[in-house]
Amino acid sequence: MTTTHEGHEAETFVYLCTGCPLGCSLEVDATEEGILEIRGATCKIGERHAEQEHTDPRRPVSTTVRLDDPVHPRLPVRAAAPVPKGLVAPFVAHLRDVVVQPPVDRGEVLATDVLGTGIDVIATRSMAAAAREDTDARLATADR
Amino acid sequence: MITTQPRQIASAYDVVIVGAGPAGLAAALGAREQGAESVLIVDREREAGGILLQCIHSGFGLQYFKEEVTGPEYAERSLEAAIEHDVDILTDAFVMDLTEDRRLVLMSPEHGVVIVRAGAVVLAMGARERTRGAIQIPGTRPAGVLTAGLAQKMVNLHGYLPGRRAVILGSGDIGLIMARRLTLEGVEVAGVFEIMPYANGLGRNIVQCLQDYDIPLHLSTTVIDIHGHDRVERVTVAPVDEELTPDASRAWDIPCDTLLLSVGLIPENELSRTLGVRMDPLTNGPMVTSAMETSVPGVFAAGNVVHINDLADWVSEEALIAGRSAARRVTGNPHPADNIRVIPGENVGAVVPQSVSSDRPHRISFRVNRPILEDAVIKLGDVRRRRVRALAPAEMATINIAPRLLESFHGDALRLDAFAAAEEG
Ligand SMILES: Cc1cc2nc3c(=O)[nH]c(=O)nc-3n(C[C@H](O)[C@H](O)[C@H](O)COP(=O)(O)OP(=O)(O)OC[C@H]3O[C@@H](n4cnc5c(N)ncnc54)[C@H](O)[C@@H]3O)c2cc1C
Ligand code: SF4
Repeated sequence: MTTTHEGHEAETFVYLCTGCPLGCSLEVDATEEGILEIRGATCKIGERHAEQEHTDPRRPVSTTVRLDDPVHPRLPVRAAAPVPKGLVAPFVAHLRDVVVQPPVDRGEVLATDVLGTGIDVIATRSMAAAAREDTDARLATADR
Repeated sequence: MITTQPRQIASAYDVVIVGAGPAGLAAALGAREQGAESVLIVDREREAGGILLQCIHSGFGLQYFKEEVTGPEYAERSLEAAIEHDVDILTDAFVMDLTEDRRLVLMSPEHGVVIVRAGAVVLAMGARERTRGAIQIPGTRPAGVLTAGLAQKMVNLHGYLPGRRAVILGSGDIGLIMARRLTLEGVEVAGVFEIMPYANGLGRNIVQCLQDYDIPLHLSTTVIDIHGHDRVERVTVAPVDEELTPDASRAWDIPCDTLLLSVGLIPENELSRTLGVRMDPLTNGPMVTSAMETSVPGVFAAGNVVHINDLADWVSEEALIAGRSAARRVTGNPHPADNIRVIPGENVGAVVPQSVSSDRPHRISFRVNRPILEDAVIKLGDVRRRRVRALAPAEMATINIAPRLLESFHGDALRLDAFAAAEEG
């Protein structure tokens, strides 16, 4: 769709605001040079969201990596900051080769500056030294 | 995750909580903060955390932790808070039975069958996924038909993929999340099919899980047939009319080896039914007072066992109330009984709690039956009106009510209605 702004031809882009569950529909009038007008935002977050989506869309990224543990084969991880939308798939693919040894602390950095984005990858849960030992300790308690 | 198996289980606790998901963990915290001296949580899984352990994506915690986190982080933080408050957590133990005088029969490989007495009980068993009624197809089901949550568990906890090409039936949030997850893991997602004319998941999941990956969402369309002997080979989908009847003449086939069902959750209430608590047919969970107490005195409930919440944050907040109320009961300081019922009216499906009292503020949660796309009004009897931008069945809505609003109200029931402002005339 195109609109006219003070004589300039502008295109209208529609984004759904994901700032909160309300999901306002945001309309951005823009030319190659930049944004002319943002409509439809109920609050400030929406305006910022529209601007971000239009100029540099980013997404939170979560995936799992391999864990060397007999009970938990996967460790959940996430990017410490939102990743440029176009890099999400390669970002996740890159983490497929990562293998982590327990113990792991929640928030521990497992990979740094992935794909040159400057973004680190952190563990989203902690994992005890080895689940096997845990079970042994429990059985020992039960024997007593 | 930090494990805290208690060395031994005491024979009696002030409060015993069934389920260690966000509901159970927050209920334990609430109970301790309100003065319960001994609190035990029992969960049948090996680890505390509930379903959140497999929900590795972010979107949790903005309200409850004031920070956006993933499911595992939310679970671990909730668990840490409970542990800091000296709550006993027994995992790998199933609650088999619960009696009206609050004796719980637990069974665990480690402790065998144990009977525990509780001053108060909080039911926090969560929900399971709907499967039946999702697809009325005669004959046997080939392998490759599974719920979205089971696929989530396979991929995120065990690290294997359910298939190579998937079709998703139902636009619930778990299905949308799995559409993205499978795509990123190299599975082709052919499309999401929703029988209703509107999507069932949150707007942001439609954008970030489907639109970002060009996965088509077909509304008013459903799966009418599954083909394949041992394994799914293709499914037949067809548009439906206003009565939701499929039009087979416009059907088409989609080759796939996997069909994920994302058709909603249903509260897990076997234990509640055995106990005989009064159930609400609209929520499929126990009826609860504003203190989150069921019809059996001393038995409270919170979280998805009561009604399906879309946000873990709401579960935690509601469970804090249940835990505090349980502690108030055992310390001899209960809230006064409710004096006003809340009745679902125009376009309101289920309401929780089903009653309130005029002595303290409450938050009432509900869902609409049909979407109101702009300028909606929520009306609670004649005492409260609230205008909101929009209301959708996929998103639980709330309305707060303060005691001062009830000062001049002398009835015994308030009706909750939701409608478009334009309809009011
Ligand atoms: C597959 C799936 C995916 C979901 N994804 C999301 C999401 O992405 N975002 C979101 O906000 N919400 C999601 N939800 C909703 C989610 O359930 C809630 O947000 C929240 O986790 C509910 O908390 P809860 O404590 O009520 O239940 P749960 O987290 O389900 O915890 C219930 C616990 O009770 C235990 N239990 C049940 N019966 C017994 C018994 N008899 N004895 C002992 N233990 C028992 C279970 O093992 C379980 O650990 C999802 C739900 C499901 C089922
Ligand atoms: S604009 Fe504001 S109110 Fe609307 S969806 Fe975004 S954050 Fe929510």
